[in-house]
Amino acid sequence: MFRNQYDTDVVTWSPAGRIHQIEYAMEAVKQGSAAVGLQGKDYVVLATLKRAASELSAYQRKLFKIDDHMGIAIAGLTADGRVLSRYMRSECINHRFVYESPLNVGRLVCQVADKSQVNTQRSWKRPYGVGLLVGGYDATGAHLYYTCPSGNYFEYKAMAMGARSQAAKTYLERKFETFESCSLDELIRHALFSLKESCTEGDLNSKNCSVAVVGIDKDFEILEGDAIQPYINDMEAEDSGAMETADAAAVGTEGGEEPPAPEAGGDEPAPMES
Amino acid sequence: MMRPDAPNYSPLLNPGVVPQGFVPFQTNPGNVDANGAVHPLAGGQPFVVCAHQPTGPHTHTQYPYVTGTSVLAIKYKDGIMMACDTLGSYGSTKRYKSVERMSVVGQSTVIGASGEYSDFKYILNLLDDLTTHDYCLDDGQQLSPKEICSYLTRVLYNRRNKFDPLWNSLVVGGVSPKGESFLGMISMIGTAYTDSHVATGFGAHLARPLFREKQYDDMPEDEAKALLEDALRVCYYRDKQSINKFQMAKVTKDGASISQPYALATAWHYEAFVNPTAAAIGSW
Repeated sequence: MFRNQYDTDVVTWSPAGRIHQIEYAMEAVKQGSAAVGLQGKDYVVLATLKRAASELSAYQRKLFKIDDHMGIAIAGLTADGRVLSRYMRSECINHRFVYESPLNVGRLVCQVADKSQVNTQRSWKRPYGVGLLVGGYDATGAHLYYTCPSGNYFEYKAMAMGARSQAAKTYLERKFETFESCSLDELIRHALFSLKESCTEGDLNSKNCSVAVVGIDKDFEILEGDAIQPYINDMEAEDSGAMETADAAAVGTEGGEEPPAPEAGGDEPAPMES
Repeated sequence: MMRPDAPNYSPLLNPGVVPQGFVPFQTNPGNVDANGAVHPLAGGQPFVVCAHQPTGPHTHTQYPYVTGTSVLAIKYKDGIMMACDTLGSYGSTKRYKSVERMSVVGQSTVIGASGEYSDFKYILNLLDDLTTHDYCLDDGQQLSPKEICSYLTRVLYNRRNKFDPLWNSLVVGGVSPKGESFLGMISMIGTAYTDSHVATGFGAHLARPLFREKQYDDMPEDEAKALLEDALRVCYYRDKQSINKFQMAKVTKDGASISQPYALATAWHYEAFVNPTAAAIGSW
């Protein structure tokens, strides 16, 4: 994106009817590492690629539990993501205290979007530089939402955001119609396969990705490390052609021998993003 | 419900009460001494503890004025049934005889109130705000009976903490979207509980023993109606602040409705009622 003439602050329109600062904020989301979300009939699965600022540091967290029935994946400025996550947790717990029931996911997302919009219409503020994938299960069923710095929000059957997310979206566009009839394990597999499309070196391992599930009989739970290893193993088994399933045939990365390597820390953007 | 005595401001009976006409918080001559030095105020100024004085600490002691008596409710096979009379008493006077003390909230909940009628109207106003908010969001979500009960518990408890209670005992009954019956009661100090049968006021003493004996969660509708009417009749016989004009509310998974007022058959021909003092000792 090139420098524009009307992009000094968020309260200035360009003659073309755009507010460039908001678009720049959405660029920050695209710089974060990939995150995908899938909504099935009774479950929502979120999967993220974690990034490490350097070889010495731990991987940045991108999944946050908001309440037993809801959680988010973030892409973009982690600090902004933390602030929004704290706001969402506070709203959920206050709702539980007053009404003794879980807060409707769509309503909370609308509140977050309204809060984000405020930041696009004050000269002394800046838009949040983080996109959220909100997955939750409430009285109206399983839902997946995406919020962006502009203050818009959308409901999705499947969505990917962050760096190289277009590849993941392509995979999801091929597969999303089957999600309603998928089991939880199948959804997790689809999530990992779509995430794999966004990898640079091609291989996921249990260290650089994490998955979260929430649904009808499952509180929001983050699967990392050893918990995710069985799914990674299944994925590798499918990749090497051991199982001839329709999914394996459709996956674009089959046949290639990608050398397993963690994501390099050298070409990463500023450490504040993840 | 006992109405507390009004406070007595006679200086003869209440030492320390400032007599009428004294205006506190004026410049305190004791603050500046003979040499012109100003001493800090150390709280020794006189003050009043009375809501009627314009300055000083405020209290919100309340007394109920127009009150309703018992509300009765039971669970039955298809949902819940609730009943109460339509009297608004003004102390001992049976002043307003067409007061609706039950109201439908949302689609599947009925609230009944005993106690101060204006506080009940205020509570209905609060609930109206909530249901209007849901209507405007238009996302298919509505408040379940349990959520309404929790919300009202918090409202009543917080008012109690401010020493400004809403003088009501509330009964919240309904059927959740999943089809489960809910019946809860909230007192004016914010104590709340749920049960298969609840009653406020006199009903708690007169009707609940009947419910304990005869109510069961699977009872058919006609049996439930007969039990409630029996309990209403007992409350009418024994509660002096009641009239023979009742409404019955019913909530099932198909919705909530409140009947038109009707009267129950009562029997007053007993000897004891005809000549009540016949067996009394020393009467004339």
